[in-house]
Amino acid sequence: MKTNASDGPVIEFRDVAYVLPNGQSLLSGLNLEVRRGETLVLLGRSGSGKTTTLKLINRLLTPASGEVLVNGASTAHGDVISLRRSIGYVIQEIGLFPHFTVERNIGLVPQIEGWPAERVHQRVEELLQMVELDSQIATRYPHQLSGGQRQRVGVARALAADPAILLMDEPFGALDAITRDQLQREFLSLQHRLNKTVVFVTHDLREALRLGSRIALMEAGRLVTVLSPAEFLRSKDSLAAAYVHAFGDGLESVANRSDSNRDDFNRGRP
Amino acid sequence: MNLLRFFWQNHEQIVELTAEHLWLVGISTLLAVLVGIPLGIVSAHWPVWNKPVLGAANIIQTIPSLALFGFLLPVPWLGSRADRLAILALTLYALLPVIRNTYTGIRGVDPAVVEAGRGMGLTDRQLLFQVELPLALSVILSGVRVAVVVSVGLATIAAAIGAGGLGEFIFRGLAMVNNQLILAGAIPAAVLALSADFGLGWLERRLRTP
Repeated sequence: MKTNASDGPVIEFRDVAYVLPNGQSLLSGLNLEVRRGETLVLLGRSGSGKTTTLKLINRLLTPASGEVLVNGASTAHGDVISLRRSIGYVIQEIGLFPHFTVERNIGLVPQIEGWPAERVHQRVEELLQMVELDSQIATRYPHQLSGGQRQRVGVARALAADPAILLMDEPFGALDAITRDQLQREFLSLQHRLNKTVVFVTHDLREALRLGSRIALMEAGRLVTVLSPAEFLRSKDSLAAAYVHAFGDGLESVANRSDSNRDDFNRGRP
Repeated sequence: MNLLRFFWQNHEQIVELTAEHLWLVGISTLLAVLVGIPLGIVSAHWPVWNKPVLGAANIIQTIPSLALFGFLLPVPWLGSRADRLAILALTLYALLPVIRNTYTGIRGVDPAVVEAGRGMGLTDRQLLFQVELPLALSVILSGVRVAVVVSVGLATIAAAIGAGGLGEFIFRGLAMVNNQLILAGAIPAAVLALSADFGLGWLERRLRTP
């Protein structure tokens, strides 16, 4: 796979459409760029096409028209297996293998990539530490873990082969409020250290504002607008405004301030 | 008491026919597993094959066993040896539970697990052997268990075409109106069926994933 200059977008959608086999269109005319090291949040209601967009990146779905480029190369060509192994993937249901221990779950991709057993073991230890789990947990099975622990294992597994890109589909959606808050905080500090390119799907504006460098708002299979968290709060776009209205007060305090619009944002405050 | 004495007097033949019976059931189950599991996988992964494969297995199941033995009798290579014929017939009957349970087991694997595996970059083969089959194993095994229990019973009928097995006693006993002879076939057959059911059931529970 050829790699473009490092300042080019890591992921690029060029006029992408996706149509179900029965002819129903789920996504159309999508143009979007994801920059290196940013967390792009796809925000939208269910059926807005955000998960579809995510699955087009690792080619779990194939576009009906248009092109998806990862590191400058179209995903339509080249080896789909190595593409997927170079991209970490976390889903809401987590999808941990119930018949594998935590260690085997996390170490699976390194193992099938042919890493020596000792190195896989070391990597698993390192990852467990990274997601703040006790190393004793390695020998347990997924059903013996709490929801929050499972989700951390899911994140550790996605990071196992050190992919530069991470796709996360409502990873914290099924957690209770306190665990979700904790994991969001850890995600931010992890992202601060690892600097991955992350595409994050959520329907929760609060989560989007908190975690995202930019927010791509989607509705009915179309991209409405892409805004920074600060811009989002001030946006005149009717859908964005509706979101802000629906989620109520106190949103300013959660917004991700690590982006360049921070000063802008402060000035914009009433 | 009479029955026990009869069993003791004929224990050599009982053991011999039980061994024959086990052989018929064992070989036919093995063949059914070798053919049925791949067919189950195919129908689970390619829905187009689902109806024809399960339909065919269903139709075979509806043919009365004596009739099936009769149909197969004139087939050249098969008809020349009764045990070949009996094994083929038993295999055909055992196919349905094996195929159906393989299909059900694989379709029953949590779609999130399969999607996660695919998204992580597992190949189809890795997904099948490391995820789908291990997770479907206990369901597949319960299909094999049904197949074995049914085969033990059906194999007694194989004696009608001279394939041997415990059915010999039963048919002889029926002809001579001798209950002891009938029981000499029926009791070991029942014991075989129950122990196979128990043993495979135990294995199935051990392999069930939490």
